[in-house]
Amino acid sequence: MDSNHDKQIQSLLCYRYTIGQCGTGEKIERKSIESSIAMPQELKLILKHADEPGYGPDIGCYLKHGGYETLKKALKAPGRELPDGKKLSAQEAFRGDVRTSGLRGRGGAGFSAGLKWSFVDRSSGKPIYLICNADESEPGTFKDRQILHKDPHQLIEGMVLSCWANDVKLAYIYIRGEFPEGARLLNRALAEAREKEFLGKNILGTGYDLEIWVHRGAGAYICGEETGLIESLEGKRAYPRIKPPYFPAVLGLYLCPTIVNNVETLCHVKHIAAMGPAEFARLGTPNNTGTRIVSLSGDVQHPGYFEVEVGKVTIGELIFHENFGRGLKPGRQLKAVIPGGSSSKVLKAGEVFSLKRKGADGQMIPVDVPMLDLPYDFDSLQSAGTMSGSGAVIVMDDSRSMVDALANLAEFYAHESCGQCTPCREGALWMAKGLHRLTHGGGRKEDAAYLTHIAQNIQGRTICAFGEAAAWPVLSFVEKFWEEFQARGEADAAARTEAGSGANSNLKPYSYA
Amino acid sequence: MPAIATAAPATSVPPPVETVTVKVNGRTVVVPKTMPDWQGKPQLTTMLQAARLGGVEIPHYCYHDKLPVVGNCRMCLVEFGTPVMNSATRKPVLNEDGTPKIARSVLPYEPGTPRGAITCATPISPGMEIYADSPATKQMREAVLEFLLINHPLDCPICDQAGECKLQEYSVQHGQATSEFVETKVHKPKAVDLGPRIMLDDERCILCTRCIRFTKDIAGDDALGIVNRGSYNSVAAYPGRKFDNNYSLNTVDICPVGALTSKDFRFKMRVWFLKETRSLCTSCGTGCNIVIGSREDTIHRFEPRDNAAVNSSWMCDSGRLNYKWIGRPDRLRDVGVRGERSTWSAALRELHAALAQAPMGSVAIIAGARQTTEELYLLKRLAERFGAATDSVPRTGAADGFLVAADRNCNTQGARLTGIWSGTMGAQIPRIAEGIRTGKVRTLLVFGEDVTRYGIGEELLASLETLVVSDILPSATTRAAHYLLPGCAAAEKRGTFVNVKGRLQKFLKAVEAPGDARPEWEFLSDLVEGGVSRKVPATLEGVFNQMVREIPAFSGLEWARIGDTGAAVPL
Amino acid sequence: MSFVIPKNLEAELDELATHYPVKRSASLMFLHALQEHFGFISNDAAEWTAGKLGLQPIHVYELITFYPMFRQEPIGRTQVKVCRTLSCALAGAAGIREHFCRKLGLDPHAHVPQTTPDGRFTVEFVECLAACGSAPVVLVNESLHECVGKGQADEILARGK
Ligand SMILES: Cc1cc2nc3c(=O)[nH]c(=O)nc-3n(C[C@H](O)[C@H](O)[C@H](O)COP(=O)(O)O)c2cc1C
Ligand code: SF4
Ligand code: SF4
Ligand code: SF4
Ligand code: FES
Ligand code: FES
Repeated sequence: MDSNHDKQIQSLLCYRYTIGQCGTGEKIERKSIESSIAMPQELKLILKHADEPGYGPDIGCYLKHGGYETLKKALKAPGRELPDGKKLSAQEAFRGDVRTSGLRGRGGAGFSAGLKWSFVDRSSGKPIYLICNADESEPGTFKDRQILHKDPHQLIEGMVLSCWANDVKLAYIYIRGEFPEGARLLNRALAEAREKEFLGKNILGTGYDLEIWVHRGAGAYICGEETGLIESLEGKRAYPRIKPPYFPAVLGLYLCPTIVNNVETLCHVKHIAAMGPAEFARLGTPNNTGTRIVSLSGDVQHPGYFEVEVGKVTIGELIFHENFGRGLKPGRQLKAVIPGGSSSKVLKAGEVFSLKRKGADGQMIPVDVPMLDLPYDFDSLQSAGTMSGSGAVIVMDDSRSMVDALANLAEFYAHESCGQCTPCREGALWMAKGLHRLTHGGGRKEDAAYLTHIAQNIQGRTICAFGEAAAWPVLSFVEKFWEEFQARGEADAAARTEAGSGANSNLKPYSYA
Repeated sequence: MPAIATAAPATSVPPPVETVTVKVNGRTVVVPKTMPDWQGKPQLTTMLQAARLGGVEIPHYCYHDKLPVVGNCRMCLVEFGTPVMNSATRKPVLNEDGTPKIARSVLPYEPGTPRGAITCATPISPGMEIYADSPATKQMREAVLEFLLINHPLDCPICDQAGECKLQEYSVQHGQATSEFVETKVHKPKAVDLGPRIMLDDERCILCTRCIRFTKDIAGDDALGIVNRGSYNSVAAYPGRKFDNNYSLNTVDICPVGALTSKDFRFKMRVWFLKETRSLCTSCGTGCNIVIGSREDTIHRFEPRDNAAVNSSWMCDSGRLNYKWIGRPDRLRDVGVRGERSTWSAALRELHAALAQAPMGSVAIIAGARQTTEELYLLKRLAERFGAATDSVPRTGAADGFLVAADRNCNTQGARLTGIWSGTMGAQIPRIAEGIRTGKVRTLLVFGEDVTRYGIGEELLASLETLVVSDILPSATTRAAHYLLPGCAAAEKRGTFVNVKGRLQKFLKAVEAPGDARPEWEFLSDLVEGGVSRKVPATLEGVFNQMVREIPAFSGLEWARIGDTGAAVPL
Repeated sequence: MSFVIPKNLEAELDELATHYPVKRSASLMFLHALQEHFGFISNDAAEWTAGKLGLQPIHVYELITFYPMFRQEPIGRTQVKVCRTLSCALAGAAGIREHFCRKLGLDPHAHVPQTTPDGRFTVEFVECLAACGSAPVVLVNESLHECVGKGQADEILARGK
């Protein structure tokens, strides 16, 4: 244990200074570090039981582990009286709790869940819908998959609570088409819940009716965008809607007020109900409360999903710590980290950010924070010019070409653009074609600037945030690895000059058919 | 300050109750808080509408006044500013000089970069400043144009739309000279046969979805859609299904580029050679307002002309394509007297003489309800002189619930208001036939109808003493005429029609009539002058102005003051 | 060959349509069920769906051509979907797809879905399958294979019907 512990400390220390030098070699048992103090580690709220041996997705198992107890309690809770004498219904009180818990959406934007709920138009007389966004399609993200496949009842309990709190009578789970097993499990779980009266007419004898149905997508990333999702659920092409006027909370599904929340967000609602908002808010860090499930992939020894308190673990720890990524492959150095799904701006090894921190006197003072020391939370990553997005960290080591990596992502965005609005429809494929050329021997020295030009004309000009999602990787990769892009183009140009031809004739045109 | 009320048809904008003050390119503009949307429902005034009221037209593709807003082309992006508010007092923060402090729109995640708003969908707010010509706005426009052009075939030299293509026009006005694009273009289907009247070039299409929205939301035929995804998106009809509703050609009009072309007009004529004349469709009682495109006395196309009170911006395909007969080679070109070619002066002199001898009650007149109101008025005057029975021929079909009216005559109401018929149109025709049979009716004037098809057969016509026929195309009736007076199509003359809803509308002359053919009102004036004691004015304006003094429904109207969209008359 | 929907499938679809206040919403679920049954969405199936949901065929066609999971042609009985996106690419997904293609005599460089002439396999690249932690991943019909190496790829081919 001692030698392991030393290795631990060593890895903890060394990654901050000598990037990529440690974390190599032998595997360390996770148990060995549980005792160490201040050791960054998982805190499993949502995934508490999911990976326990013998834990299954059936309702029996869920009930055995205390499942639906929270729901039973919540539905019977009396209203609440505020100090000023104002009376709140139990639902209003719970909506307030979700707000004070500080829960922020885990789907991508990190928007306050309680605030989103407060925008719902409750006076329209129209039904209010709730949709669980289980489209999980942001590259690098595989957290919702765990919940859907291993603990569907937790999601259902969270959804019933959320629906009850918002007077929702009909809700949908929009699950990506590539999760056929997940859809089956959910359907079974919903049937079980119906049978046990946690769902359907007169839930638990309270008179509250709710139906939840599973709706399957069919292979389109844009269905993750909430208004694209709504259109898709209406049986149309997943064309995101223009805002204004189509804010889902006012004009959503069937032009009725609609709440769209991510799978993980809705599970958290259950935990807020179970533990109370104050207790929930004690987890994580201020304004970045609770836990979140980080999906770690790419060039690490031990990729996987890790539920951590928001902001209590740094990016460096996620990559190098024995409890998480366990460092890079042998002999490799860190080159880049995509911190919040493929759409987030890339972070370059060695970058240092100036972040505002509370000083000893309570004043906010700027502090230099190396990239690896960035706490993995919403605000820090935003201050670092990127985002924690869907909580997906993709690590790339020094064996990787940033040009190739970006070409891969650009192809994704070209394929996934819904094509509705001009800049994204034309620009996403344009960037992909340019990068294809650049990675297939047809580069030019002006290509770095060329790509930036295209991306700048997409971001901020489109109907939905896909525009940013497509532009940001390009803008950040090219800016931060400018020399590499430049060099690639120049090398191609030089090779062409040598070969005596200005154009690369054997370059196959890029296309999807 | 610009006048607000003139900016939109006075009929569609109720007097503004509430106004909002904004700035457009630095000029203060007061605009109504709400304006009619595509369905005429009041909605918060958009930046695009406000700019328009301020005299600034913001370039746009997908936006169309008469279609639902989709905001997909991004051409109308404009940098803007909003007053900075003090969050505590909710009052605007002022600059040192007392003017309100304005915050320019910036990207939330990149405060150094201007952010545009799509003006077609974004409502204005008090104090908003619209920078329709700022460098940032221009850059956004240039960028959208560049995006639209990278995969565009740029085959303007062979494109029908050249000359009225918004892509071409905006590229010249707002684009940059060069594009950085060096990749291979996306290729899409070029000559897609969408339906009997329409061809589609998907490579030219900018995917604005105007055509799709038109056919779904206006024509009520959800026939078009977008297939594939992303850059490969293409407009299409379902395989094997024809895009063939009776309004399909309107999509050609509203397509901002040359993607949709009319098979009828395709490759026929460069649009800049066309003379445009405001006219009316004569194929049914709706009286859709049209523009006739002609060159050297040949008509090349009809296009709808906006009239909120009649046809909005649309017309039906059958009406639109019903112009070819005007140029038919067998048009009546010669004045004829008993089968011999004659001249107007000779024929009219002889006819005067013949009519002068006709006793009261021996004359009947059948006047087509497709003659102009002025002509019908003059015919009525003639009829009064002889105590003649008059009537028109009803012509009906199925109404389609949108524009096409059951009444297929274009001036049924004009014929009624001038007194040509009353009660039931056509009811007099059997009586006239009977009159001829019994010898009571000796003289018959027929304008624009083939009465042999309506119960007055050739043998009856042959028994007449005098048969005066004016028409455009030959028929059994014209062949029987003693006096054949070649007339004009509406496109060849001026006049008015009163539509089924009682809208009196005027139309102008686009082309010359063939041969000796003359507008009927001209020789009718001569006839009336010879036969009636009162002087008939020598101009159409004069005839019209005299008519309105005599017909109560028209009282107060004046030729010169009837605008392009006509005037309502009580029916 | 006329288009026949088995009674039980139609009953299943009728039940699905009740899940939505607006019938059109059931489109994707209908198409999934029809594709499961027929292997692909024929024009007959598209038109049947349109009729059933009170839509125009173009509405259904718009969906089939937008959502990549829907097929307009029959495909291989074993559908091999290799994830192409970054995390899998970093873990060698391109090599795995090439391996599948070479073993099956398909063009290893073609980007588009390819089906073996005997109709047994279709190999294609798909985008991130949300299992990036165990890259490279391959979805074989409905089951996910993780950390796929050449050995596992060969097993998939051996098991393929
Ligand atoms: C292009 C794009 C893709 C998205 N994909 C997903 C997704 O797969 N899953 C998800 O939960 N949210 C996704 N989002 C975010 C959703 O629009 C929405 O913000 C989220 O579902 C709200 O839930 P939350 O507030 O609980 O996070 C995506 C957003 C964009 C712009
Ligand atoms: S930004 Fe892209 S994905 Fe979003 S609406 Fe426009 S084209 Fe579609
Ligand atoms: S065909 Fe014309 S009107 Fe239709 S989407 Fe294309 S550009 Fe717009
Ligand atoms: S609706 Fe009547 S008036 Fe209008 S274009 Fe058609 S036929 Fe002509
Ligand atoms: S006109 Fe197309 S987005 Fe406004
Ligand atoms: S990148 Fe392959 S599963 Fe995510």
